[in-house]
Amino acid sequence: MMNPFTIAKRLREIGLAGINRRNADYVLRWNPRKFYPRVDDKVLTKQLAIEAGLPVPELYAVVREEHEIEELHAKIKDREAFVAKPAHGSGGDGILVITGRRGAKYRRSNGQLMDQEDFEHHLSNTLSGLFSLGGQPDAVLIEYCVQFDPIFDHVSYKGVPDVRVIVFRGYPVMAMIRLPTRMSDGKANLHQGAIGVGIDIPTGLTRRGVWGNEPVKEHPDTEHSIIGLAIPRWDELLHIAARASEMSGLGYVGVDLVLDKTLGPLILELNARPGLAIQIANGNGLIHRLDKIEKIATPDPDPAARVAFSRREFPTL
Amino acid sequence: MKKTQLYLLALLISAIGLSWAWYKWQVLQFPLSPREEVEVWSIEARLEFQGNGGPNKVRLQLPSRGPGAVPGFAVIEERLISRGYSEQVTKSKEGRQVEWVVRRASGRQVLYYRANVVRDTAPPVEPGEPRVLTPPELSEAQIAAIETIFEDVKERSADIVTFTREFIREFIAEEPRDEARVLLDGLDSAEDRAQFIARALAIRNIPARVLHGMSLGEPKSFQQLSPFLQVHNGQAWVVMDLATAEEGLPENFFLWTRSPRDLLAVESDKRPKIEFAVQRNLADAVAIATRRTEVRSENLVKYSLLGLPVEMQGVYRILLTVPIGAFIMLILRNVIGFKTFGTFMPVLIALAFRETKILSGVILFSLVVSLGLLARFYLERLRLLLVPRLTSVLILVILLMSIVSVLAHQLDIPVGLSIALFPMVIMTMTIERMSIAWDERGPGTAIKEGVGTLIVASLAYLVMTWGPLEHLVFVFPELLLVLLGVTLLLGRYSGYRLLELFRFRALAREREAAIAKGSVVPHGGTGGTPPLGDDSKPAP
Repeated sequence: MMNPFTIAKRLREIGLAGINRRNADYVLRWNPRKFYPRVDDKVLTKQLAIEAGLPVPELYAVVREEHEIEELHAKIKDREAFVAKPAHGSGGDGILVITGRRGAKYRRSNGQLMDQEDFEHHLSNTLSGLFSLGGQPDAVLIEYCVQFDPIFDHVSYKGVPDVRVIVFRGYPVMAMIRLPTRMSDGKANLHQGAIGVGIDIPTGLTRRGVWGNEPVKEHPDTEHSIIGLAIPRWDELLHIAARASEMSGLGYVGVDLVLDKTLGPLILELNARPGLAIQIANGNGLIHRLDKIEKIATPDPDPAARVAFSRREFPTL
Repeated sequence: MKKTQLYLLALLISAIGLSWAWYKWQVLQFPLSPREEVEVWSIEARLEFQGNGGPNKVRLQLPSRGPGAVPGFAVIEERLISRGYSEQVTKSKEGRQVEWVVRRASGRQVLYYRANVVRDTAPPVEPGEPRVLTPPELSEAQIAAIETIFEDVKERSADIVTFTREFIREFIAEEPRDEARVLLDGLDSAEDRAQFIARALAIRNIPARVLHGMSLGEPKSFQQLSPFLQVHNGQAWVVMDLATAEEGLPENFFLWTRSPRDLLAVESDKRPKIEFAVQRNLADAVAIATRRTEVRSENLVKYSLLGLPVEMQGVYRILLTVPIGAFIMLILRNVIGFKTFGTFMPVLIALAFRETKILSGVILFSLVVSLGLLARFYLERLRLLLVPRLTSVLILVILLMSIVSVLAHQLDIPVGLSIALFPMVIMTMTIERMSIAWDERGPGTAIKEGVGTLIVASLAYLVMTWGPLEHLVFVFPELLLVLLGVTLLLGRYSGYRLLELFRFRALAREREAAIAKGSVVPHGGTGGTPPLGDDSKPAP
């Protein structure tokens, strides 16, 4: 067992950022409060992304009032699969993935059937603010359910794997792919038991993974290796992330993307306080990379140039 | 730049808090620990005289009040006890006196003056202009004798003080010489000798006066005032002990009066009796410090917490510990890395524990929360909307609390009654949050976080109710400024949290292994040197 001072010293050497450091030096300094609604309100994020010409899952409907819930069934009767998510949700809470129907019932991504009443109750809870920060009234987005790229079939358990890219001043800094597990109930959230797999920025190959706080090499449910997977359309993905951070106005932002079988990379959401587990997934600290970007006086206005810089400078070791 | 400003501000705030607290501790003598006791002397002067059946007037010289009026002491309370007499206390340059007047008084009359006295460090103030007294009336032989003594004394002295000292020595020597004996003839009491010496100095134009006071060193039931001589050396009054000819007052000397008038004058009785009784007691140091401060400046107490009504003081005694609880939360969350339900919720629970005491508090809290959770799970099945559901849980929580109280009362468990002090809205929110955590993250996490909240609350409770600390923040609320300063500093603490070290330890281990193998990987991928001197502080 190492003593805490040695651990702290080693962690400083690899440039690992702690929560206090992230909050004090990056979130507080680079993310102006006034831009938070752009990422906290997913309806607004979607609008901004569409205006900027960035790909997002198609929005089928927005439910803002209690009485709209009942009308919803009719509105989406043609949609076989869809996702209902709270506009102000965080950490993947309250997201309902419907992959099909059986009569009047909805089938969830974990295979369970949900009757209309259950479905309505969930939406009404969301509207009351059950999943929003501080419990303020919320809205529900009904949107396209991503048909994820088959490349991830062996390494995810139901649900949609997503790619998280940390972008600092428009430069992609670190990336990982989050794979749902049985434990995470199909959700791509590390806190809930999903696996985080670090992606080498220059090559777009997965390097190593973390489950909980420990490194893993195989997916615990499918037992397939999670190392050495090539992320398709990697350059495009980094581009979108770089441009999404521009659109948000935030200097330090986490961009969550998914890879759709037919549509390619889509922006799911942005996060003004991206988590730190990405560092464990990559086995690298963020600080040295962030320092390098802080030294740049003015970021290159061209996203392609920024992506090229990142792909040159930030290999996962 | 901004960081320097923050450090300066934190330093300034802490310095103000510390120095104000230091002043109160050292100068106003507020005690640092609770239940500290200080000496209080109660001095009682008992006056006895005969009335002549007609109107009577009694005059007594009193100790002065006000900052520094009595060197080393302060009169914090006084009472005049005089049945049938009307009284008036007057203050003059020479001191204070009380005048008792009565229309008709016959037979034995007894009046009392009582004063409570404590030590005080206020710098002494010596009032009174230097004044040369009237020289004594002397016979020719005596004039010759005193001139001889003066000449001798002058030879042995350098200034007024040494002159006086040598002069006194002439009279207190074991075998006084003949000249001194001639002068002392007929001066039997110490009082008379003191008055004589003071007036004799007038012959050489030395301003002098006689002080009266008593020693509080060893309390006796009967004590008399003893005289002291004071001479003015041109700059200040200097006290001389007439028994030893030493300069300065003896230890524990309580100066009763500086007035040249008779201590006690009664119109009807030429030989009134006065007796002093001194009693030493111990009293609560805070109360005494408060009174002592009042003597200095009323506003110092009026505009402090000690000037509030007692029940309000009780409220603040509790409220002032809340910042400490909040500070503990700050440490636990930002430096250790604990997660709790709500930011300051454990502090509120800790406040409730004050009344229930910790063990029963934990039991009652767990009981109500778990029953509430059961109810909440049932309500979940009824598919209520969020706000109605919260309201129902709140109603149930209050009903549960009342049931617990009634049952506890019937079973003679007194703690059950104090459950009403739990913030029920907080409990309702806890139940709601726990049940969401239960649904979303599983019962394990929910119970773990619930127990964590209780542990943190208990910890906060233990610190917040620690007697010495509670006393310290109540008597020295300015110490909270120091707490604010430290909080400001911690506000920019960007080092690792203790639990993060645990969370990220796998990475540190890898690094350690790489170093052991001698294959240290370059940083950030470009072979730059590791910035070891970065500004993040070392972990706690």
